[in-house]
Amino acid sequence: MVDTIGLIFIVIGLAFDAFGCLGVLRLPDVYNRLQAATKCVTMGTCSILFGAFLIVGLTTTGIKALLCIVFLLLTTPVAAHAIARGAHKSGVKLWEGSVIDRYAEDGKG
Amino acid sequence: MVKRRLILFVMALIVWCLLNWVPDWQHVIVGVFSAALVSWLTGDLFIQRAYVLKHHRRYFYFVFHYVPMFIIEVIKANIDVAYRVLHPNLPINPGIVKVKTTLKSDTALTFLANSITLTPGTMTVDIDEEEGVLYVHSINVKGKDVESATREIVQRFENILKEVFE
Amino acid sequence: MKIIRWVIGAVILISILVYIMGGHMQFLSPPGLPYFTFLSRALYVILLAGTMCIWRVFLGPTGADRIVAIDILGILIIGLCSILTISTGRTWYLDIAMAWALQSFISVLAFSKFLEGRSFDE
Repeated sequence: MVDTIGLIFIVIGLAFDAFGCLGVLRLPDVYNRLQAATKCVTMGTCSILFGAFLIVGLTTTGIKALLCIVFLLLTTPVAAHAIARGAHKSGVKLWEGSVIDRYAEDGKG
Repeated sequence: MVKRRLILFVMALIVWCLLNWVPDWQHVIVGVFSAALVSWLTGDLFIQRAYVLKHHRRYFYFVFHYVPMFIIEVIKANIDVAYRVLHPNLPINPGIVKVKTTLKSDTALTFLANSITLTPGTMTVDIDEEEGVLYVHSINVKGKDVESATREIVQRFENILKEVFE
Repeated sequence: MKIIRWVIGAVILISILVYIMGGHMQFLSPPGLPYFTFLSRALYVILLAGTMCIWRVFLGPTGADRIVAIDILGILIIGLCSILTISTGRTWYLDIAMAWALQSFISVLAFSKFLEGRSFDE
């Protein structure tokens, strides 16, 4: 029973990983790609790791999987934030359909 | 000063023991030395206000208010992004808006930025700590001025994070 | 025109997925590892996602696009290693995953500092 729930978590995680990478391919500029990539791939990989924890149980491997989840949730938003800031400061323009850009208006970018 | 390094030493030792579960005495001895090295090198960077860790109310708010809301928001964010990616016309309306926050401490600002990044349609681009201003890239802009954007994006996290980290 | 491109892409992706998951490839399940067959096929989905990331690295008009794709590729490899752990029963794949996560995070921070055009001390 627990193994079946773990396999369901793994399948959900695989689906969201594929959607995130499709978003990296389809969306028009760096910032939108970063949004799709960060959210979908982080949650998909955390779901795969949680399914692995449910299948393996509370052993050495399972505790390492839980530590990996905490580590991913702490580091991925920081990496996305750093890439977005660096891209804006290096002069990457927003997509031409964008509505507003307060960051360039305030003269920080 | 000593108290900060002692807390960091205990936390590093706990993480070491979790990494090689079930710990025997050889692993624990090596772990004591490496945790002492880590806390000696980086002791004054990690924990700024040690007295915060004594309040039990903060742990209660963190586990029972912040974590369930965070998980629900992450699931909503993923379904939202998957819908926008799979739709044939790509229904996006992106832009960078400016929001204000009243949080002051570094830990609270870090957790606010991480929560904004992992919740539906928003991603933090830059933080200005002196003025308390965050620049947020939104995939579907609803309110363009500062007040309405603040009400939509920041308000739901700010009340909980103020209880936990301030 | 847009809708025709969308339909062609959807047909290609769904046919690849059907070919992988229901296809002719035979995997013998060794004793003691009950999910080997299913998980060996599941690995191909992650390889498909990684192929899309590498295509973005090849296409990307600016450097920032390439850095985003490399970051995502690093996170996908963590999932690949955890699936390898439970499908083959070798626990050291998860150690590789943790080391990869640390190293990928630090390298992405270094790349973004380089994009910003500053030195590492600021």
